[in-house]
Formats: sequence, structure tokens, C-alpha cells
Amino acid sequence: MKLDSKAPSGPISEKWSKHKFEMKLVNPANKRKHTVIVVGTGLAGASASATMAELGYNVVTLCMHESPRRAHSIAAQGGINAAKNYQNDGDSVYRLFYDTIKGGDFRARESNVHRLAEISPNIIDQCVAQGVPFAREYGGTLTNRSFGGAQVSRTFYARGQTGQQLLIGAYQAMMRQVDAGGVKLFTRREVMDIVLVDGVARGVLARNLVTGELESYAADAVILATGGYGNVFFHSTNAKMSNTTAIWRAHRRGAAFANPCFTQIHPTCIPHSGDYQSKLTLMSESLRNDGRCWVPKTPGDRRPPEQIPDDERDYFLERVYPSFGNLAPRDVASRQAKFRVDEGRGVGPTNVAVYLDFRDAIKRLGEKVVSERYGNLFDIYEKITGDNPYKVPMRIYPAVHYTMGGLWVDYNLMSTIPGLHVLGEANFSDHGANRLGASALMQGLADGYFVIPYTIGHYLAGTKLPKVDTQHDAFRAARAEIQGGIDRLMALKGSRTVDDFHRALGTIMWDKVGMSRTDAGLKQAIQEIQTLRSEFYEDVRISGDKSYINPELEKAGRVADFLELGELMARDALERKESCGGHFREEYQTPDNEALRDDENFCHVAAWEYSGQPGRTNWNRHIEPLSFENVKLATRSYK
Amino acid sequence: MASANSKKINLKLKVWRQKTRADAGRFEEISAPEIPVDASFLEMMDIVNNRLIKEGRDPIAFDHDCREGICGSCSMVINGNPHGPERGTATCQLHMRKFHDGQEIVVEPFRATAFPVIKDLSVDRTAFDRIIASGGYISVNTGNAPDANALPVPKEKADDAFNSATCIGCGACVAACANSSAMLFVSAKVNHLAVLPQGEPERERRVLRMMQTMEEAGFGNCSNTGACSLACPKEISFENIARMNSEYMKASVKRRD
Ligand SMILES: Cc1cc2nc3c(=O)[nH]c(=O)nc-3n(C[C@H](O)[C@H](O)[C@H](O)COP(=O)(O)OP(=O)(O)OC[C@H]3O[C@@H](n4cnc5c(N)ncnc54)[C@H](O)[C@@H]3O)c2cc1C
Ligand code: SF4
Ligand code: FES
Repeated sequence: MKLDSKAPSGPISEKWSKHKFEMKLVNPANKRKHTVIVVGTGLAGASASATMAELGYNVVTLCMHESPRRAHSIAAQGGINAAKNYQNDGDSVYRLFYDTIKGGDFRARESNVHRLAEISPNIIDQCVAQGVPFAREYGGTLTNRSFGGAQVSRTFYARGQTGQQLLIGAYQAMMRQVDAGGVKLFTRREVMDIVLVDGVARGVLARNLVTGELESYAADAVILATGGYGNVFFHSTNAKMSNTTAIWRAHRRGAAFANPCFTQIHPTCIPHSGDYQSKLTLMSESLRNDGRCWVPKTPGDRRPPEQIPDDERDYFLERVYPSFGNLAPRDVASRQAKFRVDEGRGVGPTNVAVYLDFRDAIKRLGEKVVSERYGNLFDIYEKITGDNPYKVPMRIYPAVHYTMGGLWVDYNLMSTIPGLHVLGEANFSDHGANRLGASALMQGLADGYFVIPYTIGHYLAGTKLPKVDTQHDAFRAARAEIQGGIDRLMALKGSRTVDDFHRALGTIMWDKVGMSRTDAGLKQAIQEIQTLRSEFYEDVRISGDKSYINPELEKAGRVADFLELGELMARDALERKESCGGHFREEYQTPDNEALRDDENFCHVAAWEYSGQPGRTNWNRHIEPLSFENVKLATRSYK
Repeated sequence: MASANSKKINLKLKVWRQKTRADAGRFEEISAPEIPVDASFLEMMDIVNNRLIKEGRDPIAFDHDCREGICGSCSMVINGNPHGPERGTATCQLHMRKFHDGQEIVVEPFRATAFPVIKDLSVDRTAFDRIIASGGYISVNTGNAPDANALPVPKEKADDAFNSATCIGCGACVAACANSSAMLFVSAKVNHLAVLPQGEPERERRVLRMMQTMEEAGFGNCSNTGACSLACPKEISFENIARMNSEYMKASVKRRD
């Protein structure tokens, strides 16, 4: 397998302009002769569908949700970064590029990251023109806040509902094209397979979730924008339907999976409270602008928080990272919270939490200002826990939040399968080993509005594409295979529910492939996952029927894929014998518990090629070396 | 992971069951014993479903995804109230501590001609997407935008637009309305875009087209009861409707000229 990044040559700041000029173009009259399939209508998929249709392509868009507006992007709270330097605080494209490379702990491709920073200002312009109601100053200009891992204020936001407002903007742009006929939209369709003809992606197979029928869609190119796979842990901040199925099936057809073990554990989530719990709720990182993290100095101090005086509190992030304080990046802040809990200084009914306290912010700014900034987050918190954060400090604990890994893509966002492109959280491209807050929304929209509309043209203009329709044998074969898989699952009639298996997988993943990992733990995880997977294929029980809405059957397919992905994540973590970003191997740390990177041996992307046979998983590991010509490889320090 | 000791209650559910769109549907009584009060309403449904599956019965289908009150998927009528008894709360954010031991809970789908039931508690709300497609946007192709600060928008206007824009498109307003009117949903979008200078050029066309699509989709008229706003999980203000009516009047008059 060859991993050619196709990164253009030349100085970093000129690569994208040069590439845009050198790419082949499809003339306007020919665009409408090309059909492109987009799977997913989150920020990445909706913005790509809208923009390609505006350009004149025939777009076929599928999503598994009932409406495109329900995509998981809707839930993003905190904000979106852009190098506008509206605050005049020294921000620039270069600084955003630098912060992202450093934040990613030097495991991302420089060329892609620079392009992202370059595009970022255009995203804000586009969204404002669409009517996205970002927060503003009294003078009418846009306002900003700061986010972890940055010392400038470059985050644009719409109260705590930034993802919602951005997604609605992209959704509306896409619906305008639906009305104009440029986008054909199919909702409640779950893509189950990618169809290859002569090794090139030429379509997808989808299950109509209402009727249960399998449907074939043919095209000249396929784009996956299906989001992240954090739900492999069962408990995560992701929406319940977020899954890996589309990218996993593509992986099994030949798309390399890059850095699968790079998982982001977000420091500020509402802690776990009981076995019935179905998901974890994020409290936006923006809260760390004004909230202070602390635990009691003495292990086992069970006094209520207001009875613990200041000199008996350990404001641990401020203590360990005096220059970034509570705004240390996510991976760093999460690990510190875990250390405090491991020391026996956790708080709350389960002792697995730390405080995030607004007492001082309320004193300084008043309740009104605090409520303007965070009101809806405080409400969410109170609804879930029954506690009022204006009075009692919030209890928070890290939870799985984002997956930096994903399908490997080159500079044009094309995977190792020709014609198959991957956007948004589903690809691995820009965040290295750790993503900075407010950068996922930026990446999703950059990919969809400003990158793929160019690079897809380059692909279509430069590739001979013989006519293929859904009668082609490749579609029939894929359909038979998928149907067989569904029938097999339905026939099992075992004794355990799909959720049972999913929870069991989640426990293995969280304990052994979670916030800190060891050689022995990972090896054990691989075995346990393999055992669990064989049990799944003997004992899972799906009731209901395959010919009408059946959420159990849907979940079963997704969990089956998670059961393979989980193993690959553990293998990737095992092979990466270093600590970097969100990947922390206990064997590789400094005396003061900071991540110890090994640039000599691991300054690369690990891209895994599937080589399994039915019933047996197997992979080959390939590498894409990373070179840092602009930002010097250095130990990340936030002290 | 450790689990806190949560108090438990026993409930009797009466749930709407309907296999397909064509099926007539009926209520089914299902007991829900030992429900932790800290569980959310949907987690209670998960517990019930897991039991049904183990007994070989068809689990109850319902739409859900984010489980934090923002995606607009969840859509249940609980004891007669869309999204249940708590103000400004979507079904997924409702917690069982709001119910008492032994209580009977009637769970139904959102009902409206324009929202046909497709299974149990799951309904088809694509009519909302059609309304947006017919004008709920600002026509600006990617790449055409001026600098974001080129056109200042007073904070009050931006906040006003934001307040309307927080609608999650759930349809509870329709389910709450005796006439199944979609006026609150449509007016929230119309006002979000009408107060912004960027939305000005299409202001009239937008409201006329969206209102027309709304009527064609089979939603009823507004008779000013305000039930919609009370049921709305985002507490979208009832005032939006009056403002839209005036937008509509102005637009119709202008178009006649
Ligand atoms: C709670 C939360 C808060 C966040 N806050 C922020 C923030 O403040 N700032 C920030 O930058 N990032 C944030 N993030 C991260 C960010 O929201 C996501 O990374 C981003 O929105 C992903 O967008 P996407 O378009 O790639 O995918 P998604 O929005 O997840 O969309 C996936 C789409 O794919 C479809 N789909 C999936 N599988 C299939 C299939 N098999 N067949 C058909 N369709 C399928 C779905 O229907 C959906 O339309 C947050 C994430 C979470 C969980
Ligand atoms: S106006 Fe309120 S009730 Fe109606 S769709 Fe929007 S959020 Fe739901
Ligand atoms: S599940 Fe998303 S709003 Fe209730």
C-alpha cells in the first residue's frame, strides 16, 4: 500500500494557492454530468453537498437521521476557531497553524493544518452571510472567547449552541439546493457498504431504515462525512447513533485507517452516575475560561465543598500549569483530573469527579454576566444532576469526546480507495494526537465548503470513469453480502441484548484503551475483545423484524463494527510505544507524569490496512513519515 | 464504574404501539418496575426495551440521538404534554425524579396529519424540511461573502435573531396545537432571518413561500391559544407568530402592488 500525501511542494504559505491553481477543472457544462454521493449531513457533509450543488454537480446526499439537521454536529457547544485577529491580540494564520500543530503534539501533517488555518477566516464570513447569529459586541462587531491550548481569543460562538447555529446554516444552504434540484436527499438511509468497480469507488449500498430494503446508489465519486467513532466506548459525549459503520465498511474494502488509537478524552463532562446511564453529557470547555478546577488537598476529605476553606483546596491546573492554568489543553487537563482521583482526592457521591467552581467568577462578574455566558450550560447541568451550579460547584470528570483517528486521506481528502473521499471527523487529517477546542467545527466546514469543492473537480477531470449503474455485478454482490449479514444476525436469537455487548466492549475500552494505556493492558484488551466478538456472533438477541423500523437491528450492525474497530484501536495503541497527545502509555512518561514522545521512532502516521478473512481480523501497519519544516519539533509545554 | 445509590420507583406505562404507517395502532400496557429516579425518561424507555427484548417482544421504537435537548429528535407526548410536564425541557432531558412511585404514564407519538406515525412513537416530520427548503435560508453561494465585520449588526438584533434561531425543529408546537399548526416553527425561522440585515433581500419572498408550503403540507391555522409556546422545549416566544403575521401582511400587500 502506497501512502502518497500529495502535499504540494513550495513554501508552506503558498502550497494551497499553488495547488488550487494547478488542479484540473471541470467546465461548467460538464459538472452536471457528474454525480457525487455524499454520506452524512453534519457540518462536513451538509456544507459539501450545498457547495458542490451550487457549482453545478449532481449531488446525492444520504443520512441515517430522520432530518439532515439532526446530525451530531448540532450538539457542539463552545465555538469555532478562526484566525481573524479581530481582537488585535496577535493572532494570525501562522499562529493558528502553530497552535494546532503543537496542540496535536506533532502528529499531524503540516500542509493540511496550514491550509485549515488559511481557510478559517472565510468560514466565518460565509456563516455570517448565511445569517448565523454569532455573539456580538454592542458596537455590532463579532465577539470572541478563548479556548484551551491558545493564548489568544479567536473562538467565535453563538451562546452555548455554536454547532447548532453553524449546522442550521449549512443545512439551510443545502435545503436551498434540494429545492433547486441540485441535491437529491435521502433520509433515514444507513450506508452499509461502499461499492467498488475495478478498484474505484462508484457507489454505496444503503438500508432504508423505514422499510428495511437495501438500496443501491451509483456515482462518479463517493464522499463520506459520517462523523467520529467515540461511541466504541459506549459512554461518550457523542450522540447515540454516532457510529463507525460507513468508514469501517470502507476500511474493509481497502481504505487505510489512520491513527485509530488517537482518542480525545474531554476534561469537563458530567460524571457517570449509574448503570442505567446511556451517555455522558459534555460541559463546554469554554467553562474553563471562568471556572476553576479543584479538589481537597487531603485525600478522603468528605466535607461539602463550601466547608472546605481556600487553603485546603488544591487548584491543581493552576498549580501545575501556571501559565495556562485552567486553560491547559484537553489531554493534559483530563490526565490531571484522573491523577487527582487516583490519589484518592476525587469528590461527589462516587469519588470519581473533580470540582469546577464558579464562586470567584460570580463574585467578580456578577451572576448576570456569568449567566449570559454560560446560562444554558448551567441549566443542562441542573436538569441532569439536580444541583444548582450558581450555588454548588459543578462536579466534572473526563469522558470520551472526539476521535482524531479516522480514514487516511491525502491532501485532496481522498482515501487509499480511488474516488472515495472523507471529510470532517471521519478522516484523520488535521488534529494529530490531540484536537484543540473549537477546531472540529472549523475543520468540518473547511473540508466541506472550501476544500472538497476544488479537489473533487480535480479528481473527476483527471480520471477516466466508465459508465456504471446499479445493475452492475459489484452492486449485486455487495447487496447479497449485506443481506446475508443481516439475516445471520436476525437468526441468532441468543440471550444477550445488543446494548449488553456494547456496554461490555465499552468497559474494556475505557479501562484498558482509555486515558492511560499499558503494554499488558492492551494485550489483554485485544484478547477480551476477540472473545466478546465471538460471543456476540453466538448469543446476541435482536427481536422485531427486518422489514420495518428496527433500532435493535441498526444498533447490532454498528456494534458488530465497533467490536472490530476496538481491537484495531488496541493494536494501534500497543504498537505506538510512546506517549503523545491523547495517547498516554504509562511506560513512556517524564518524572513529573508528562507525556514522553519518541520522535526518533514514531514521528509518523500509522495507517492500517485490513487484511482479515471472514471470521478473522488481521491488519498490516503502514507508515506515512511526518516532517516538520516550519514548526520545530519540541516538547509541548504548557507550564 | 461505581454507581451512586439512586432511589427507585415503579411505574405503569400505557404506550402507543403501531407497527407501520398503515397499521391502525393501539395502546399497550407495560409495567416499568424499579426505575432509578436519576435516569432520564429515555433511559427509562431503554430499561423497558431491554426487558422486552429479553422476553422476545418487539421493543418500542422512538426517535432520539443527542439526548441533551438539542437535536430535536425525541418526540413523545407524555400524559398529554408534548415532551412531558416540565417547562422548557425536551423528552430526553426529563428525569424520572419528576414522577412518583406507582404513577401511570401515557406515552404517545406527536400527532398531526402532517406528521404521520411510522412506528410506535416515531413520526415522519419531513414536512418541516420541505418548509425550510421553500425559503428558510439566505441565498449566498459559498465564496461570495464579504468580511464578517463589514456589516455591523447591533447586539440587540443579533440576540433577537439568536433567540428565534434556537428552535430545534422538534415539532412539539404542532403536537400541542389543537389545529396542528406549525406557525411557531415557521415564525421562528422567518424572524431569525428577517431581523438580520443579511436576510433583508429575500424577506418577502421567504415568508410568502414558507407560509404556502406550510399550508400545502397539511398544517392547520393558528387560533392564538399559545399552547405551542408552552410546550416548546426552547421556549420560543409566542410573539414570533404575531411578528410573522405582520411580515406576511406587508409582503402580501407589496406583492400585490
Ligand atoms: C457534545 C459535543 C460538543 C462539541 N463541541 C464542539 C465545539 O464547541 N467546537 C468544535 O469545534 N467541535 C466540537 N465538537 C466536535 C464536533 O461537533 C464534531 O467533531 C463535528 O461536528 C463532526 O462533524 P461531522 O460533519 O464530521 O459529523 P457529524 O455531525 O457527526 O455528522 C455525521 C453524519 O453522518 C450521517 N451518518 C453516519 N453514519 C452513517 C451511515 N452509515 N449512513 C448514512 N449516514 C450516516 C449522520 O446521519 C450525520 O448526518 C463537539 C462534539 C461533541 C460530542
Ligand atoms: S418552535 Fe419549539 S416546539 Fe416548535 S419546533 Fe421549534 S423548538 Fe420545537
Ligand atoms: S434526543 Fe436530541 S433533543 Fe432529545
